[in-house]
Amino acid sequence: MTDSKYFTTTKKGEIFELKAELNSDKKEKKKEAVKKVIASMTVGKDVSALFPDVVNCMQTDNLELKKLVYLYLMNYAKSQPDMAIMAVNTFVKDCEDPNPLIRALAVRTMGCIRVDKITEYLCEPLRKCLKDEDPYVRKTAAVCVAKLHDINAQLVEDQGFLDTLKDLISDSNPMVVANAVAALSEIAESHPNSNLLDLNPQTINKLLTALNECTEWGQIFILDCLANYTPRDDRESQSICERVTPRLSHANSAVVLSAVKVLMKFMEMLPKDLDYYGTLLKKLAPPLVTLLSAEPELQYVALRNINLIVQRRPEILKHEMKVFFVKYNDPIYVKLEKLDIMIRLASQANIAQVLAELKEYATEVDVDFVRKAVRAIGRCAIKVEQSAERCVSTLLDLIQTKVNYVVQEAIVVIKDIFRKYPNKYESVIATLCENLDSLDEPEARAAMIWIVGEYAERIDNADELLESFLEGFHDESTQVQLQLLTAIVKLFLKKPTETQELVQQVLSLATQDSDNPDLRDRGYIYWRLLSTDPVAAKEVVLAEKPLISEETDLIEPTLLEELICHIGTLASVYHKPPSAFVEGSRGVQHKRLPGSAGSGESVESPDTGTAAAVASEAPPAVIPSQGDLLGDLLNLDLTPPTTTGPPPPSSGLQMGAMDLLGGGLDSLMGDESEPVITSRDRLGGDLGGSPAMGTGFGATPAAMPASFNAPVSSGLDDLFDLGGGVGMPMGAYSPPKTVWLPAMKGKGLEISGTFARRAGVIQIEMTLTNKAMSVMSDFAIQFNRNSFGLAPAGPLQVLTPLSPNQSIEVTLPLNTVGPVMKMDPLNNLQVAVKNNIDVFYFSCQYPISMLFVEDGKMERQVFLATWKDIPNENESQFQIKDCHLNSDAASNKLQGSNIFTIAKRTVDGQDMLYQSMKLTNGIWVLAELRVQAGNPNFTVSLKCRAPEVSQCVFQGYETVLKN
Amino acid sequence: MIHSLFLINASGDIFLEKHWKSVVSRSVCDYFFEAQERATEPENVPPVIPTPHHYLISVLRHRIYFVAVIQSEVPPLFVIEFLHRVVDTFQDYFGVCTEAAIKDNVVVVYELLEEMLDNGFPLATESNILKELIKPPTILRTMVNTITGSTNVGEQLPTGQLSVVPWRRTGVKYTNNEAYFDVVEEIDAIIDKSGSTITAEIQGVIDACVKLTGMPDLTLSFMNPRLLDDVSFHPCVRFKRWEAERILSFIPPDGNFRLLSYHVSSQNLVAIPVYVKHNITFREGSSQGRFDLTLGPKQTMGKAVESVLVSSQLPRGVLNTNLNPSQGTYTFDPVTKLLTWDVGKINPQKLPSLKGTMSLQAGASKPDENPTINIQFKIQQMAISGLKVNRLDMYGEKYKPFKGIKYMTKAGKFQVRT
Repeated sequence: MTDSKYFTTTKKGEIFELKAELNSDKKEKKKEAVKKVIASMTVGKDVSALFPDVVNCMQTDNLELKKLVYLYLMNYAKSQPDMAIMAVNTFVKDCEDPNPLIRALAVRTMGCIRVDKITEYLCEPLRKCLKDEDPYVRKTAAVCVAKLHDINAQLVEDQGFLDTLKDLISDSNPMVVANAVAALSEIAESHPNSNLLDLNPQTINKLLTALNECTEWGQIFILDCLANYTPRDDRESQSICERVTPRLSHANSAVVLSAVKVLMKFMEMLPKDLDYYGTLLKKLAPPLVTLLSAEPELQYVALRNINLIVQRRPEILKHEMKVFFVKYNDPIYVKLEKLDIMIRLASQANIAQVLAELKEYATEVDVDFVRKAVRAIGRCAIKVEQSAERCVSTLLDLIQTKVNYVVQEAIVVIKDIFRKYPNKYESVIATLCENLDSLDEPEARAAMIWIVGEYAERIDNADELLESFLEGFHDESTQVQLQLLTAIVKLFLKKPTETQELVQQVLSLATQDSDNPDLRDRGYIYWRLLSTDPVAAKEVVLAEKPLISEETDLIEPTLLEELICHIGTLASVYHKPPSAFVEGSRGVQHKRLPGSAGSGESVESPDTGTAAAVASEAPPAVIPSQGDLLGDLLNLDLTPPTTTGPPPPSSGLQMGAMDLLGGGLDSLMGDESEPVITSRDRLGGDLGGSPAMGTGFGATPAAMPASFNAPVSSGLDDLFDLGGGVGMPMGAYSPPKTVWLPAMKGKGLEISGTFARRAGVIQIEMTLTNKAMSVMSDFAIQFNRNSFGLAPAGPLQVLTPLSPNQSIEVTLPLNTVGPVMKMDPLNNLQVAVKNNIDVFYFSCQYPISMLFVEDGKMERQVFLATWKDIPNENESQFQIKDCHLNSDAASNKLQGSNIFTIAKRTVDGQDMLYQSMKLTNGIWVLAELRVQAGNPNFTVSLKCRAPEVSQCVFQGYETVLKN
Repeated sequence: MIHSLFLINASGDIFLEKHWKSVVSRSVCDYFFEAQERATEPENVPPVIPTPHHYLISVLRHRIYFVAVIQSEVPPLFVIEFLHRVVDTFQDYFGVCTEAAIKDNVVVVYELLEEMLDNGFPLATESNILKELIKPPTILRTMVNTITGSTNVGEQLPTGQLSVVPWRRTGVKYTNNEAYFDVVEEIDAIIDKSGSTITAEIQGVIDACVKLTGMPDLTLSFMNPRLLDDVSFHPCVRFKRWEAERILSFIPPDGNFRLLSYHVSSQNLVAIPVYVKHNITFREGSSQGRFDLTLGPKQTMGKAVESVLVSSQLPRGVLNTNLNPSQGTYTFDPVTKLLTWDVGKINPQKLPSLKGTMSLQAGASKPDENPTINIQFKIQQMAISGLKVNRLDMYGEKYKPFKGIKYMTKAGKFQVRT
């Protein structure tokens, strides 16, 4: 008696039998036949040949039969367009049926028949149905507009259906509103520039009302739509949040996550000191935790989103570590995500618990999971300094288990721990060396070799160990070969007497027997370096290494902001902006979080940043984690950055050369790996200068400008530093002199002056003019206490008395060790000048840019971690208007004033420069400068632990850029 | 929105496909099969799989993969929630959700899918409404239909779909008016080697079966509503009232539904109702291991712990076991290395134990991993969180309903590490 019998009719002649049955006079037989047809269709059999016969069954009073025929039509109309016309009349008639169920069914089915010829006939019935008295029909018709748009967009626009749809947003029935929103959102996705969902406070209010009464699915559509709105002020923002918060208690997890998205976005606008802000933060944690008790698939999506949320607002879940503990029978994809979040939440307070868990995981069965757990222990050591010792001992315990892959992972992470805490845990090296033979993975071998090379002086048999690797040199992966080469050179520099043979062996292996250009070139470099100047070689190869930063694989701030606006979507699962991967979303608008209420300038609307969004999208460059041990050594030179954009305005060959190098170094740093970064950067520089090193750059010498050699010859460091920006020909900006003390007030003494930073020294430069009738002498100067402790570094040197109508130029170096008092504005300076006549007081403002010190360039990783570390409320955003520079020129200009560009990223034609500067009192200011080609308005976001300097720094930016 | 749906059974056959927009070739599932092959266990297939032109979002329920195909940016949770709703509906209609049941009712399945989604937009997912549109198959109805030629399809507009209470159908009539509430709590816990609790949390639900005539308006209050700070409600619950008075006020759907689910987090002190004493050891160089397990009740407020089932995945090196249960039966599958012990009820006077030896492969080294013990149990008449219903009142109707409330505690993911 069941339907499974329909599956068994697979014999030949089936179609003929069905045909006969479909044309039978008996209603019952007809229905059975249609059922059989549907069943065949469901399992993918082709029954399209029966089209005319099935359509004949359509005119019936039997609702089930009608529905079945409709089902069939939807499936096959496309392949039989001419036949499908036959059905049109019935549809039109059904649209007038007194029963609203039939009307809705007809309009719904018609929309699903994706045949152009039919769509024309659909317009009239659809128009009627959109205005139907029955809301059930209206809501079905709303979806039908979206279907029709998918088939023929032009038709929908011409017929004015979009306007009707917009009117439906104000419908009295919440379900109709929800469907209208859903339909409009879908249409808007393929229609980037149309202002379909024009959100204003009135529509928002209607949506919020409908939100309470529509179905769970409707709530998702409405919440996603709300998330695109930018409230006018923090009060509106708060009132929306208040009305959305109850959705956090919904049973449908998709509703919950969409509500979280709206709240995370609108929260940005709330003042942090508001009570409600704190309440909201507290309310966000429980629903997120609850998502983790749902089915594993839901957990996975939730965890991917939580990963974003803890990066943006770690405070929400900081007490919920335990819910991320891994259960033995969680699916692997849930386990791995949980582990990731555990590390992000790890702090001094909970590290003991976390470590105990990680140790437990490291003994589980699943290899991938165990590996990640071992790595996680290493990341904990690097993140929480207090735990490092315990982590190392845990890792040693794990090494003792002798489980092969555990040992290998442990060695890889211990290498990172050595990098982070040099000269602290080297006592474990002996244990590591015991396991040398069991290592068979390139990464682990390379890590071990690095350790042996780095600590060669402490390992008695380092030469033997390295020699043992050398035997199968050609079978090793490139990673290991490169590392082995470097390690043996290190060893040689440390113990030159015993290892000469070894180093010669490896150099010849690398240079003569290898086909790998990277390896060969590195071999040549070392060889030449060692043979020309061993002292320089030592300086280069054994140079101090930069410390590695705390957190790896953080998402870049701008990308994170965008992803926060996309919580709950595929983008949030893949941690990529939707434009990067969703097909068919032509010209997706980039979303940005609204600025906080506290920021000085106007709040940026979410789309201004990319109003002219270009479809051609550069793949998002997430700052790479420091995973691989050895990157390409020579990619600086192999890929000459000849196309790094137009030369800066004050060009000339020299500038061109520097620009080239800057770009090249940037890209080098971009995909550089850790351990030998310094030595290689320097090597890269040195290489350019030695013309004999043809092999590596054979392809590119023409690309190098003539002046390239000039800076090179001045030494290794200069070249590197040039890229880094010190010693730019353009000096720091210094404003023109202004009159500080008019003669009227100074009893005849006029003082005009300015400030400047020259060669790292802050100077006050003054012109003293005597406009009185008598001679002036005995000059002295004193500063009042000021924000940065500026004080004269010596007495005012005016040696000769100043006769009437005479002027004198005085330059006085300043230091910053004077007494400090906060001034308003911050850069205000009160000065007293004394002469034989009187004491005069005046105040002036110095450009803050002269307080930026030369060593204000932050390490890339440190920058990333610091940026994340500084609370968001310290961020402020400013607009610089009418600045006609491209990003490179701007970067150069800013570098002249010690504002250093650390990284650059281009998204949709918009350049983002990440910059850092350091004030004389040690305050770091981090900045993100967004420059849109062709748009003279720049956006600067400043982050600083002392947010009060932001306004002032911004003025500094403005003056530097505009002069 | 959701483009297509494929149902795939455990052996990798696509046995049903449904397209709501244009037809997507079933070859798109090849990407899913690839992922399935890579996964070691069926449940390890990642839920979101990208393909060049589509995204596959899948859930695994009742050993059937429900694979949805989407083409544009769609919230994955929306898709997953919908797929779960499909599974629940099938279960509701056919009693079980198996390949056989779906094939047996393929036409109803197709009609249901058609009603649930329109062009990828959810249409009717409430069981009440669906049942008005398409009557669930019963043996009697199938017989009647065959004889009379009538159909499963309802003739009227699903009235509930448009009212302010879309979850309740109108004109409900019962001779016996009754309302039952089940408070069911599942305790998820991880207990470490030494027996101390690493994490323990409670997932609670209140499932209701309400068969009341007309439009009853119910209020449910608790003795200790303070426990419920993390709750998800059925849409029928008036949220404002809960916020203000901590009282559940609602017009219930007709029949079975989940009124609310709640979560008591690990930050509260969660009582652990059973303890395990274990000693599972392997000696280096010996081909024998010792296995010793004793269960006992703890913090059960005097209630009996029943339906206890212990399972553990023993290390791969274990060839066989020779164990002696003091009660119940145990099995060991030498292929999957899964040990299960059906204990039954725990008698506090005579604690159940399972003791004996495990034989290892001769000459194999001592296994590295420590088996984790999973425990399932039930405790009737108790909610472990201490949640208690205070009273249930009905307004809006004149009759006196019969009211009942039941409590139960179960083990969720209750794991003991050794």
